Amino acid sequence: MSQKLLLSAEDLHIILFRLACQLKESHGDFDQTILIGLQPRGVRLAERLLHILTHDYKVSNTQLSKLDITFFRDDFRRGDKVLNPNANNMEVGVENKRVVLIDDVLYTGRSIRAALTAIDSYGRPAEIQLLTLIDRRFSRHLPIQPDFCGRQVDAIQNEQVIVCWKEEDDEDAVYLVNK
Amino acid sequence: MSELSVKHLLGIKYLNEADIQLIFETATQFKEVINRPIKKVPSLRDITIANLFFENSTRTKLSFELAQKRLSADVINFAASMSSLKKGETLIDTVNNILSMKVDMVVMRHSSAGAASFLAQHVDATIINAGDGAHEHPTQALLDTFSIAERLGDVAGKKVVIIGDVLHSRVALSNIFALQKLGAEVKVCGPSTLIPKHITSLGVTVETDVKKALEWCDVANVLRVQFERMSASYFPSNREYAAYYGITKPMLDKLDKKIVVMHPGPINRGVELSSEVVDSNQAIILDQVENGVAIRMAVLYLLASKK
Repeated sequence: MSQKLLLSAEDLHIILFRLACQLKESHGDFDQTILIGLQPRGVRLAERLLHILTHDYKVSNTQLSKLDITFFRDDFRRGDKVLNPNANNMEVGVENKRVVLIDDVLYTGRSIRAALTAIDSYGRPAEIQLLTLIDRRFSRHLPIQPDFCGRQVDAIQNEQVIVCWKEEDDEDAVYLVNK
Repeated sequence: MSELSVKHLLGIKYLNEADIQLIFETATQFKEVINRPIKKVPSLRDITIANLFFENSTRTKLSFELAQKRLSADVINFAASMSSLKKGETLIDTVNNILSMKVDMVVMRHSSAGAASFLAQHVDATIINAGDGAHEHPTQALLDTFSIAERLGDVAGKKVVIIGDVLHSRVALSNIFALQKLGAEVKVCGPSTLIPKHITSLGVTVETDVKKALEWCDVANVLRVQFERMSASYFPSNREYAAYYGITKPMLDKLDKKIVVMHPGPINRGVELSSEVVDSNQAIILDQVENGVAIRMAVLYLLASKK
């Protein structure tokens, strides 16, 4: 197994600020906006963006929800692994809101399809946008593209993109790992 | 946390503590699902489940059916009273006929103890025991212990008394297994005619004075007097049973702590519990019913995961 550094802590820092700026530009005071982090790894990215928006750009209205898509996945009973759910925290209603779905890596697009179906259970948003830190382009199984993207990466099937966060992995970095 | 150690849910006896905790963790997420505006997820959309109730049931059957529908499974229902069993067909033949219609899972209630285990050995489907005679009722014990954990934070270290007709109760046996596996201390209480002879061999203590039992416990799980299973007279009259073993509000108010009162239903109001107790905030009977759907969704989901 070999690994290559795709983004250092400094690269990640710059990208997070850019993404926060793009969100601010598109959503203004976030009055009608809800950020939804996908469990488990998208939530960390969403929390980082929320922190920048609140502390550096003084946005006070940002609301963060956590969405688990396990029960909506299309690979239930299709692999060897049992799919165990994570907690949902969708207390803020999505009806008529502008939703930004946030995940760390966009790969086949199947998780996002599941998330789009899952959000339906909570209401009908006015609009749903997608923000991902890494876009593994040319790997899509479904016609899904991000509206905000940190970095595009070309990776082949037996490579894996791993996003590390200081809070749980001791460093901020993104690696390309050859399995 | 990942998968269950069993292929079927035949009884709590066959589960380990990690299985029970996994079911609880999964049920917690399903409880959130059934409180959404749209209470349905597509997980089991390619699964067909047969509910075979060879014995009458209202809430267990409704609860299982609702759990299955919330998971998007296809459901067929079977009631023994309308079946070919009356024409002399054996249990295995009946079930195999149903399975040839491409059914993946069977939820079965039967009046014979061991019926679910017997079926699991002889047919090729996932079997869930929804009550077999006076043996086990695993999903009821799971929802009971889940409700205790929800109300008191944990089951470990809690003192639970099971009051009433222990002799005829599958709920009692499954509860004893589940509570002990989760680290609770268990006592049974009732007239000695309704306490099985060798119950202490399961590691529970016996108390015949209900007042002492209430003083001792954190949770009182009160069982229904099962008149329909009684072939002999176990106590002189309902009034006498209510006088000696019925729980009333003044009895609860006299205690120096607020105990939790549970009942698996259906309740004989005025016999096991007074109406005042049933409707008080110490009773978590309706929470038990709500949790029943979440627990059954978790069991179905986790067993279906095992293919």
